[in-house]
Amino acid sequence: MIDETVVDLSRLQFALTALYHFLFVPLTLGLSFILAIMESCYVLTGKAIYKDMTKFWGKLFGINFALGVTTGLTMEFQFGTNWSYYSHYVGDIFGVPLAIEGLMAFFLESTFIGLFFFGWDRLTKVQHLTCTWLVAIGSNLSALWILIANGWMQYPIGAEFNFETMRMELASFSDVLFNPVAQVKFVHTVAAGYVTGAMFVLSVSSYYLLRKRDIPFARRSFAIASSFGLASILSVIVLGDESGYTVGDIQKVKLAAIEAEWETQEPPASFTLIAFPNQEEKKNDFQIQIPWALGLIATRSLDEKVTGFDQIIPENEQRIRRGIQAYELLQKLRSGDTSQETRNAFADLQYDLGYGLLLKRYTENITDATEEQIKQAAEHSIPRVAPLFWTFRVMVGAGFIMLFVFIAAFIQSARHRSAGNRAVLYACLWSLPLPWIAAECGWIVAEYGRQPWSIAEVLPTYMSASSITRGEVLGSLTAIIAFYTALAVAEVYLMLRFTRLGPSSLGTGKYHFELPANKPQAQA
Amino acid sequence: MDYETLKLIWWALIGVLLIGFALTDGFDMGVGMLLRVIGKTDMDRRIMINTVGPHWEGNQVWFVTAGGAIFAAWPMVYAAAFSGLYAALMITLCALFFRPVGFDYRSKIDDPRWRNLWDWGLTIGGVVPPLIFGVAFGNLMLGLPFELDDLLRPSYHGSFWMLLHPFALICGLLSVAMLAMHGGAWLQLKTRGLLHARAQQATQLSALAVIGLFVLAGIWLLVGIDGMHIVDIKPLGDKLNPLAKTVAYGNDGWQANYSAHPLLWVIPLLGILMAAATWLFARAESALVFLTSSLTVTSVILTAGIALFPFVMPSSRDPNMSLTLWDATSSELTLGLMFAAAVIFVPIILLYTLWCYRKMYGRVTREYIEENSHSSY
Repeated sequence: MIDETVVDLSRLQFALTALYHFLFVPLTLGLSFILAIMESCYVLTGKAIYKDMTKFWGKLFGINFALGVTTGLTMEFQFGTNWSYYSHYVGDIFGVPLAIEGLMAFFLESTFIGLFFFGWDRLTKVQHLTCTWLVAIGSNLSALWILIANGWMQYPIGAEFNFETMRMELASFSDVLFNPVAQVKFVHTVAAGYVTGAMFVLSVSSYYLLRKRDIPFARRSFAIASSFGLASILSVIVLGDESGYTVGDIQKVKLAAIEAEWETQEPPASFTLIAFPNQEEKKNDFQIQIPWALGLIATRSLDEKVTGFDQIIPENEQRIRRGIQAYELLQKLRSGDTSQETRNAFADLQYDLGYGLLLKRYTENITDATEEQIKQAAEHSIPRVAPLFWTFRVMVGAGFIMLFVFIAAFIQSARHRSAGNRAVLYACLWSLPLPWIAAECGWIVAEYGRQPWSIAEVLPTYMSASSITRGEVLGSLTAIIAFYTALAVAEVYLMLRFTRLGPSSLGTGKYHFELPANKPQAQA
Repeated sequence: MDYETLKLIWWALIGVLLIGFALTDGFDMGVGMLLRVIGKTDMDRRIMINTVGPHWEGNQVWFVTAGGAIFAAWPMVYAAAFSGLYAALMITLCALFFRPVGFDYRSKIDDPRWRNLWDWGLTIGGVVPPLIFGVAFGNLMLGLPFELDDLLRPSYHGSFWMLLHPFALICGLLSVAMLAMHGGAWLQLKTRGLLHARAQQATQLSALAVIGLFVLAGIWLLVGIDGMHIVDIKPLGDKLNPLAKTVAYGNDGWQANYSAHPLLWVIPLLGILMAAATWLFARAESALVFLTSSLTVTSVILTAGIALFPFVMPSSRDPNMSLTLWDATSSELTLGLMFAAAVIFVPIILLYTLWCYRKMYGRVTREYIEENSHSSY
C-alpha cells in the first residue's frame, strides 16, 4: 500500500519547487528577447547607450538566470526521485520532450549565454548579437519542449498502453508534438514571460525616471518595454489559454472548476463573476452571474453546452466501472491469457484503465471495490473547486490591470514626454509583482486543476509516487526549503543592490553615481 | 534498424552523454575542488573561476541532458535509481545548487566574507557530486537492494549509509581524484605563473592518486566482488520487461566481457597509461596534459561500463530483477526517434561548443580581471 503522507509531501515538494522555479523562468523568457532587441538597436544605430542597456539589463538577467538554472536541476530529477511509478509508466513518452529539450534548446541557450557575458571583446558586433538572439531562441525553444511534455500530462494523446511492458508507450510523435493543449499553452506561457520581462524593465526604468536619474537610459528602456509589453499582454489575453479547454475531458473538468459550474446550464451559459463554491453540497453559497458570457467565451457559440459537475461525476463513475473491467482483463493478459479475444476486449476498454486505477487509493484490490468505494472515487475524481475558482480570477484580474498599465505607459512613451506623468510612473513601479502573481496562479489552475490525475485519465497522482519513506521526503523538503530561502535572499539582495546602482554598476564612468556631483553617494 | 541494435546504440549514447558530462563539467568541478587549495588569494580564485566562466553553463547541460536521456531511453532505470538512491541524489542536487549562484554571485560584491562563503559553496559543488557519482558506480558493481512488484513498481530496501561500502568509497575517491586531475589540467591551459605551477603540482598528485585508486579498485573487484551474468532471456529484439529473465552470480569481478574479448583489456590499461602520461605532461608543462587527462577519464568510465554490460542496474535483492539495457528500455519508436534527434543535434552541439571554446581561447590573467572587474566573475 502506498503511504498517503508520502504522496502529499511529494506533491507539496513538487508544487513548491515548480512554483519557485517559475519565479525565474518567465523573466528569462522575456528579458532575453528584450536584450536581443536592445542589442539589435545597438548594432543598427551604433549608439553606445544601447550597448550599455544590453549590458546592464544583462547583468540583472544573469542574476535571475543563475537561480533559474539552479532550480531547474531539481525539476529534471524529481520525477525519478519522488514520482518513480510515473517515470516508469509514461517515461516512454514524457521523457522524449525532456531529452530533446536538452539537445535542441538548453545546450543552445547555455552555451551562448557564456559568450553573451564573456564575449564582448572577443566577437564582432554581429557575432555577439547572434549569440544574444540564440540565447533568446534557446530559452523559448526550451519552453516549447517543456510545455509539450506538460501539455501531454493534460491531454495525453498519441500513446497506447502496452500490457507486456506494463506502461504507456508512444504511438504517434506528431500527435504529441502538435497536441492542441500544448500549442496554446506554449503561446500563452511564453507571451506571459514576455510580459514579465517587459514589466520588469518598465518598472525599474520608472524608478529611475521618478528619481530623475540616468533619464536617457531609462527613457529608452521604458519605450522598448512598453511597446514590447503591450504587444505581449494583448497576445496573452487574446490568445489566452481558454481555447485549450475545448479539447480533452480533464480540460472540461478544469473549466467547470474555474467557473464553479456545479450544474450544466442551458446554453449559452452565464459567466460566474464571483462565487463561494461549496464542495460538500456541490453548489455555490453565493454567486453573481453575467448571462451568456461563459457560453460565448468557452464555446464561441450560442448552442454548445459547458458541461457541469452534475454530468461529469456520474460519467466518471461509469468510467470507473469500466476501468474495473479493464483492470481485470489486464490481469488476465499478464497472467498469460494473451488470446486475441482478451486482447480485443482489453483494447476496447483500455482508455478507462486509468479510472480503474483511481480505486487504488481506496482499496488494495481494484476488482473487489465496493459500491461505496466506487462512489467515493467518483466524488474525488474532480479537483477542489474553490482554490481554482479564485486563483483563476486573480490571474485574469492581474492580466487586465497590466493591460491598462502597458497602455498608459505606451501612450506616455509615444508622446515623448521627457520626465513623464508621475502617476503613470508610479503605476508602472507598483505593478512589478503582477506578472509573477498571474503566472503562479496560472500554474496552480493548470496543475492543481489536473487533480486527482498526474496524467489526465491515465495515471492517478496517488499511484505515481515513489516507494520512499516519509523521513526521506521530509528531509529533502526541509533541505530544499532551507536552500531555496537562502538563495532567494541572496538573489533579491543582489537584484536590489544592482537596480539601485543602475547603469553606474557597469563602470563606464558615464552614469549617475559616477558623475562628480553625485560621487559622495557612490557605492561599490 | 532493428530494436536490438537500437537498444545497443542507446547504451552507447548514454555512455557518450555521461563521458561528455565528465569531460566538460568534470573540469569545472575540478576547478571548484582546487579553488581553495591552490587559489591562495582572491585574485587567484577570480582567475580560476573566470577560466570556466564562459563554459560551465554549457558544460552542465551534459548532466541535465544525460538525465533527460536516461528518462526517455531507460525510464525504469531513471525511476528505480533516483528513487532508490533518494538521499544521495538530493545531496548531489543540493551541492549542485551552489554552482550557478556561486559562479555568478561571488564576485558581484567586494566583501571577503561574502566571497569566502561562495568559495566554500563552489568547493562543495565541485567535490560532492563526483564523490557521490563514484560511490553510486561502485554500488552498481556491488548490486543495489531493489525489487519490482507485479505492476513493475520499484522499491528500495537499503539506506543511504549502506551505500558507503569501502569499495564504493574507493570508487568515489577515484572519481574525485580523476576530476581534480582534469581540473588541474584545464588550469594549466588557462593560467600563468604561480597559479599555473600549483595547478601542475595538483595535477601530478591527483594523477598518482588516480593510478593508485584505479588499480586498487580493480584488484578489489577481481578478488572480492562477484558479478552477475544473464542465464536466460527471451530474444533480445523482443519487447521485454525486467521480470522475464534469469540472472545468476558467478561472474568473478565482472570480468566476463574482458575474458570473452581480451582486446578489451586495452581500455583499463589505457586508463593507467594515460594517467601516467598526464603526470608526465604536467611535469613537462605540455599542453597535451589536457588530452591525456581526458583520455584517462574516458577510459576509466568505459572500463566500468564494459564490465557491467549489459547490466545497467544489478539488483542484489533479486538478481533476476536486475535492469539491463535489453529490458529496462523504451519502445522501439521512442528509441528510434530519440536516436534521430541525437544524430541531428549532437554534431551541431559539438560544433558550436567548439566554436565557443575557440573564441574564448587563451589564458586568463590578472590584467584581464582588473580591466574587466565589473563584467567578469
